[in-house]
Amino acid sequence: MKSFKIIVLAKQVPDTRNVGKDAMKADGTVNRSALPAIFNPEDLNALEIALRIKDQQPGTTITLLTMGPGRAADVIREGFFRGADDGILLTDRAFAGSDTLATSYALAQAIRRMGKFDLIIAGRQAIDGDTAQVGPQVAEKLKLPQVTYVEEIIEVSKTRLVAKRRLERGVETVSAPLPVVLTINGTAPDCRSRNAKLLMKYKHAKTVSEIQSANEDYLHLYNDRPYLNITEWSVNEIDHDPVQLGLNGSPTKVKKIENVVLQAKDSRITSAADEDIEELMKELIASHTIG
Amino acid sequence: MNNVFVYCESEEGTIAEVSLELLTKGRSLADTLKCKLEAVVAGINLQDIEKQVLPFGVDVIHIAEDPRLDPYQTLPHAALLINLFREEQPQIALMGATSTGRDLGPRVSSALHSGLTADCTGLEIGDHEDKKANIFYKDLLYQIRPAFGGNIIATIINPDHRPQMATVREGVMKKEIRDAGYKGEVRYLEVNKYISPEDFVVKIIDRHIEKSKVNIKGAPIIVSGGYGVGSRENFNLLYELAEVIGAEVGASRAAVDAGYAGHERQIGQTGITVRPKLYIACGISGQIQHRAGMEESAQIISINTDPDAPINSIADYVIIGDIAEVIPKMIKYYKKNTK
Repeated sequence: MKSFKIIVLAKQVPDTRNVGKDAMKADGTVNRSALPAIFNPEDLNALEIALRIKDQQPGTTITLLTMGPGRAADVIREGFFRGADDGILLTDRAFAGSDTLATSYALAQAIRRMGKFDLIIAGRQAIDGDTAQVGPQVAEKLKLPQVTYVEEIIEVSKTRLVAKRRLERGVETVSAPLPVVLTINGTAPDCRSRNAKLLMKYKHAKTVSEIQSANEDYLHLYNDRPYLNITEWSVNEIDHDPVQLGLNGSPTKVKKIENVVLQAKDSRITSAADEDIEELMKELIASHTIG
Repeated sequence: MNNVFVYCESEEGTIAEVSLELLTKGRSLADTLKCKLEAVVAGINLQDIEKQVLPFGVDVIHIAEDPRLDPYQTLPHAALLINLFREEQPQIALMGATSTGRDLGPRVSSALHSGLTADCTGLEIGDHEDKKANIFYKDLLYQIRPAFGGNIIATIINPDHRPQMATVREGVMKKEIRDAGYKGEVRYLEVNKYISPEDFVVKIIDRHIEKSKVNIKGAPIIVSGGYGVGSRENFNLLYELAEVIGAEVGASRAAVDAGYAGHERQIGQTGITVRPKLYIACGISGQIQHRAGMEESAQIISINTDPDAPINSIADYVIIGDIAEVIPKMIKYYKKNTK
């Protein structure tokens, strides 16, 4: 029996995809607190790829690793509801201000602490930054090969896997030795829904920090059912070089942030009435813009 | 030492457009910095490749010709750049924000502990004062990009680490030959000095790459659809209009994500940047990421049911209405008035 130890990297992100009017402030800038925090979409694709391996290879375990503030424990609970076995929240003020490189360093150090594994699977990129850097950088930090933009795992043995990659203008099939870092493209299958049984089992799963502020009536749960404890690691739980963490460990600095405020152009507004459209088309033809 | 480097992608002996665009940008950065522009090309069929590259004002081209370097693979190309950059100490390194550049850039930047900014829409040279540490940095690379789903524009710098790395999408920079007879030095790299056998642990089993069928970048007129188009079927209306007026069809990211159009048609920061003489935006709300890819169009028409859609503020003409109603009328009156 082949069973695998899989680590899925996931990030909680603000849902920047549909910034509605209610998320805009009067001055035309975005009210970030109005955006819901979600499981980064391509990280869900990554979780599904891991779950499919687990479906085929019983005994496989999936551990979610996420770095973020305390509320990012939501990502781990969501993973439990869909079939992940374990989860670790890496959270500390020391990580604040991390760019992709400092983030990759912290994740790689946490992964070293987690012990032996066969596969690291992450989404291609997170929708709040769209950089697609953390997967390859984690791979480099761990001196592992990387296979990016994966949309399907064709076969996996104890020593190698074959995966299909989606490139800009085509597909490529590669064979890579384990352990390996995969990043999963949004064209991979969507993640399965929450499982009702798992939802019941894990709905009270909490980190130590959350348990401390929880209703006292429930506290016995966390002794009786150890699986409800979400592992929470601070910077002290990982071996680290302080100069590589957080803002200090980030080669890139933000010099300036400008909110996008639209400068209105003098536009001509017309209706969809026949005579208006005809006049516009005549004008475009006359000016040789079209035709 | 301390020059501007551009990693050039090549396919069957032809340098990729995005790389030529970056050489043009690299030349202007090197002019400002009064340093050399250097290019790196790795792969096969590279005889005479310098003839395509030097006219962009390239002072030195590094050529790594080896059958093992084609097609592109992460580890050998990364090893080549990492070791070359360790020797040459570039101050700036640019690459295309392509499937290749976005796979390679982070690997190289991690190994060199240098900063990398993805999908820049602007690159400029400027100074920076760190008031807290009381340090003045002269001539840094300002890496400008939309962030946070395109709702802010950030200027990123790498004050203390080199090279300052950035990726840029195709079409963002303009391609321009500096001098057809530009004289530059050609250096052939001894590949085995940079790459080790362990860099070939990943094997490519099969590869299907299509020639790009869609020529959005060169199209004079683009009919582009957003999430507001509502369905794949409605998207067919855009193809009909494009067919009649001789246009190419584009799409916003939201439309591509919704499955209305293929990735090759995506316009915007994470797609292609276009500058047609007419851009017809159908049901596109106009987030900055999309506008970054089309706002330099000579004329813009927005068709939208929402009078307050952000795109309307940069449009020359705004038609308030449903595309299912408006587009057939445009086709009808175009035909009527061109006969």
